[in-house]
Amino acid sequence: MRLPRGSDLSGLRLQASARSAAFWLFVAPFLIGLLIFNYIPIGWSAYLSFFDAQGTVTPDTFVGLSNYADMLTGPFAQSLLTFSVFALFIVPLTFALALGLAVAVNRIRFARTFFRSVFFLPTACSYVVAAMVWKLSLFSGVRFGLANTVLDWFGQDPVAWLSNPDPPWYWVVLVTARLWLQVGFYMILFIAGLQRIPDSLYEAAFVDGAKPGWQVFRHVTFPQLRPTSIAVLLLSLIAAYQAFDEFYNLLGTARGYPDFGRPPLVYLYYLALGQTQDYGHGSAGALILALLIALVTLAQGRLLGFGRQEA
Amino acid sequence: MDKQPVGLRPGVVGTSLRYLALTVAALLFLLPFYLIVRNGLSTEADITSPEWSLFPSSLHWENITELFDDPSVPMAHALWNSLVIAVLQTGGQLLLGSLCGYGLARIPYKHANKIFYLIVATLMVPAAVTFVPSFVLVSSLGWVSSLRGLVIPGLFAGFTAFMFRQYFLSFPRELEEAARIDGLGYWGTYWRIVVPNSCGFFAAVAVIQFIGSWNAFLWPLVIGQDEDAWTVQVAMSTFLTAQNVNIHELFVAAAVGILPLVLVFVVLQRFLVRGVAETGIKG
Repeated sequence: MRLPRGSDLSGLRLQASARSAAFWLFVAPFLIGLLIFNYIPIGWSAYLSFFDAQGTVTPDTFVGLSNYADMLTGPFAQSLLTFSVFALFIVPLTFALALGLAVAVNRIRFARTFFRSVFFLPTACSYVVAAMVWKLSLFSGVRFGLANTVLDWFGQDPVAWLSNPDPPWYWVVLVTARLWLQVGFYMILFIAGLQRIPDSLYEAAFVDGAKPGWQVFRHVTFPQLRPTSIAVLLLSLIAAYQAFDEFYNLLGTARGYPDFGRPPLVYLYYLALGQTQDYGHGSAGALILALLIALVTLAQGRLLGFGRQEA
Repeated sequence: MDKQPVGLRPGVVGTSLRYLALTVAALLFLLPFYLIVRNGLSTEADITSPEWSLFPSSLHWENITELFDDPSVPMAHALWNSLVIAVLQTGGQLLLGSLCGYGLARIPYKHANKIFYLIVATLMVPAAVTFVPSFVLVSSLGWVSSLRGLVIPGLFAGFTAFMFRQYFLSFPRELEEAARIDGLGYWGTYWRIVVPNSCGFFAAVAVIQFIGSWNAFLWPLVIGQDEDAWTVQVAMSTFLTAQNVNIHELFVAAAVGILPLVLVFVVLQRFLVRGVAETGIKG
């Protein structure tokens, strides 16, 4: 029988209990908070989601699954569609732009840190500030917006970027704002991935006569980036799922929120915290959303190997 | 570090095109920052002029004092709230998350695996998605519009504990064993040996947490219902979505609100880049 290092038989039991005491000393403060602030809310919501809970968190009218049925057929389902449109634009654009910038920055020798910093800098900016610049300065619907000024140079009429759902120009505003904010972050992930590719692969490609540029990128760089690529796709998808800040600040006005461009969290916000205070439907929606994200994350776990360190 | 052997390097034309593209992209990326400064130092008339101009006709530094003197915009108080919340959340997360991570990584205990899975399970559901349930709990505790309500629920992010556990698993054991031979227990070893030798990682996590906390919007919006509890982001958002927008004042507020982060960012960028590259989490 092998004994733990530095122990003898008589001290073994004492040591085991001292070890559990030490374990709890380290783990308990975090774990207790996690149970109170993560598990209890979810459990409580699961309970509320089966009740008619308007303006109360201790309801008594049991309604079974009807909250869920309402959410899956009503405007909440519409909000999931809105999210899908958003994800369809933002995920591929983020991927392409982040990868392009990473490859370009990684290949240059002079001023590399400068360019990397510039593209990364918007990460320090909040969605609220970005929404402010986009709404009031870049895509202002009236004449002084920069985008409308540029359109004017080409003889085009000004566009009401945010107030008109038809044609849905507001997507241009929402997508470019998020692109600016998040591309630098994913670029850093790609640069880290590029730097993990061993030099010997490029040397081998050179010996095999691969042409520099597209061929090398297509057959060496891109396949080697596969784990990073999957991480970038899934992280940006999950982040898009939680979109709230820029929608709320770009489309919301003093008169309230328009009835277009509502992603799930915006819909839930107005449902549960607006006039209706409908915690029953709000909870059902939150749980549906949580379940969907958990499925995406599990898929990610399957693709990347769960628990392994991979960025 | 150039990754490619000599034969694969692009020629002069390719390099020039690359620099040209990067320079154009860099100018586009910097434009929003410039517009914040431009609008913040302009008069309302300059900003709303139908003739768009890159430079304001004159600079109005007094806009800054106007912002802080305006009784309808509690900007100074909001900055203070944001600072207090960001510092407490960053410190709290580092302390609680690192202790838990170390316990899971290094102290053998028969139920350690079950506890680890309990933490990993929370990674599947981002906190933003469950803001309705969390609001129900926090409002039942009577913590709406309070510092407690703003800070405490955000302290227990499973990801922080998970990340620290992964980090401590690769911490060199020899250092700890030397400390144990010198008679230090787990607690002493942790504070005297492990923490001082992990400053780089702690700094990386701290920068990411601080930026995330300072820029957080949804939870401070939900909880900060009274003006007294507004953070910078909530204060700016309230005036952005208000009926009458005072544009130059709003942009001064934006400049003031991102200045601390730009400073943190520029000074500590190497930790930030390392943190992002190692953990892949979002600030």
